[in-house]
Amino acid sequence: MSTSSASSRRSSASVQILSGAVGRYVSMLVLALVIFGIIIWISGRNPIVSYRELFGSTLGSWRGFSEVLVAMTPMLLTALAVAIPSRIGLINVGGEGQLYMGAAAATWGALTFSEAPAWILLPLMAALGMLGGALWALVPGLLRATGLVNETITTLLLNAVAPLLVAFLVFGSWHSPMDTNRTPTFVEAARLPTLPGTRIDLGLLIGILLLAAFWLFMRYTRWGLEMRAIGGNPEAAQRNGVPVKIYIVAVLCVGGAIAGMAGMSQVSGYYGVLLTGFSRGIGFLGFLISWLSFGNPVGIFLTSFMVAVIITGGSMLQLTTALPYAVINILLAMALFVVLAGINIFPRRSTG
Amino acid sequence: MTGLAILGVLSSALFSGASLLYATLGETINQRAGIVNLGLEGVLLISGATGIAVTSLTGNPYLGILAAVIAGGLTNIILAFLVVTRRGNQLASGLALMFFGFGVSALIGRAFVGLKINGLPRIVVPGLSNLPTRYVSLLQFDILIYLAIPVAVFVWWLLFRTRWGLGVRAVGENSDTAFASGRNPHWIKYQALIAGGMLAGLGAAHLTIAYTLNWSEFMTGGRGFIAIALVIFSKWNPIRAIAGALLFSGAVAFQLLLQASGVNVSPFLLDTLPYLLTILVLMLWGGSRKYAAPASLGRVYMGTE
Repeated sequence: MSTSSASSRRSSASVQILSGAVGRYVSMLVLALVIFGIIIWISGRNPIVSYRELFGSTLGSWRGFSEVLVAMTPMLLTALAVAIPSRIGLINVGGEGQLYMGAAAATWGALTFSEAPAWILLPLMAALGMLGGALWALVPGLLRATGLVNETITTLLLNAVAPLLVAFLVFGSWHSPMDTNRTPTFVEAARLPTLPGTRIDLGLLIGILLLAAFWLFMRYTRWGLEMRAIGGNPEAAQRNGVPVKIYIVAVLCVGGAIAGMAGMSQVSGYYGVLLTGFSRGIGFLGFLISWLSFGNPVGIFLTSFMVAVIITGGSMLQLTTALPYAVINILLAMALFVVLAGINIFPRRSTG
Repeated sequence: MTGLAILGVLSSALFSGASLLYATLGETINQRAGIVNLGLEGVLLISGATGIAVTSLTGNPYLGILAAVIAGGLTNIILAFLVVTRRGNQLASGLALMFFGFGVSALIGRAFVGLKINGLPRIVVPGLSNLPTRYVSLLQFDILIYLAIPVAVFVWWLLFRTRWGLGVRAVGENSDTAFASGRNPHWIKYQALIAGGMLAGLGAAHLTIAYTLNWSEFMTGGRGFIAIALVIFSKWNPIRAIAGALLFSGAVAFQLLLQASGVNVSPFLLDTLPYLLTILVLMLWGGSRKYAAPASLGRVYMGTE
């Protein structure tokens, strides 16, 4: 990749990719819907009725639509947590663990300083959440920067450690008198404000603002330029005086911090308690979303929305039919399979 | 009493370790061919649910094992299609496969939640049947436990002493070179993924048909990821994987022992040990540059047009 004209070409290329991808994605999603429809049909239900319920319940009413936005909030953040490191060629598979650590750190703040007013407590919890996520990414960052261990493996392994630590903290000392697997409900001051009448919380706005900030940062700042240089050719960037190792640690920590923010918004906004094992793969979903949208902020927004429609529709489907909730993962996976199988037309950096 | 407790703990360690070992062996074959299967958790879930379903419907645990093995191989064909034929990203495809497994296993297992099946018969360790009954009841293992270590040795032999294994390893190191020396990297990767999926299916079959004997959603509880850690921990070597699986399930046993003797150590913290140990081991190797990973692990083979 040549460096001089790359930036001007990149913007037009990304628009091209986006417009080309939208049509492609739509036709592929239709295929996924047909395959999943057959599965619904085999399991003895009318697929057309099920789909009408799925989309009617999510896109057909304001309440359903607001639930989609609620489901989308953590995905925006965990996808961004992957997209930022990917710009310098780092693969952060650790969003899940970073999310848990962010949730744990924010919960510590909520339980310890429960007397504080909201305008102090919420920023504090956000800062703690980001710190927790960043610390969880620090070890992989340092190991990668020193050339000891690849960050893909370490972030992946630490994913499994974080929920265990959360379980240790909750079962061990934080649990409420009634339940052993959850903390007491947070005080009102520790809850992110929500849009009246819905469950949409401030986390959505934070996610959108961070996506916009990421786009502006990459485009208009010196650091963004240097990150693009590292992403293009780390060795050349190093020789031109870019401190690559510092970038590796810092960028991975920023990614971790944003995933930690997702964890904070989950416990403070969505749940209002810290529940052991509360995330069943939101961090992994973030990885998939970021990867499918080439780390592009607009793409992340649109892909998160689509994934959120599927997942929210799935929980509605469970209410109206007898299918287990987890079955909706099949539709999600089908959509992902179809996109993954067809995506190679676009140029892509090889991994590893 | 304590002797009996220790025996019971070790016995349960063997039960949880066997499924882990099979899954690790499967993932080892995959990764030796250059493919990281992050969807292992999903493969285990699908195979486990299929095994329960078939055992419950036919009443024959051996048919259940067979079905689980076939289901594992078939599930991995999806991954092979995505990453080999369609040249998709391995990590993303694997994670998508994991979500697929969440869904499919829930669908298959739905009718069998809460049902207890008649599992694999347990056979007393030969020569020990004269011991008192309370000991004997702890020294009964199913056929898959007896076979676990021989299978590991067989996989080692397959990978390191046969032409097929040489092909798999050659493709995993450098697909272009393997192609140049007359091999078909695509077909070999398919074979490796199918074989790996079948072994994972065997592990899942042991978990559900011989150990838990019932089905619940997400019942594998992260075993797929432990197996991935184990593959790295054992340096992509099936023989070392035996020691790794014993060590990991031994840690679980150790924790039960501690609890039995009144020492209060959080089981959650002990459960983190496998992962932390693996990272530590990686750090130690990283310095010495003797990193045993297959060279093309995770890369997309673009073919030679």
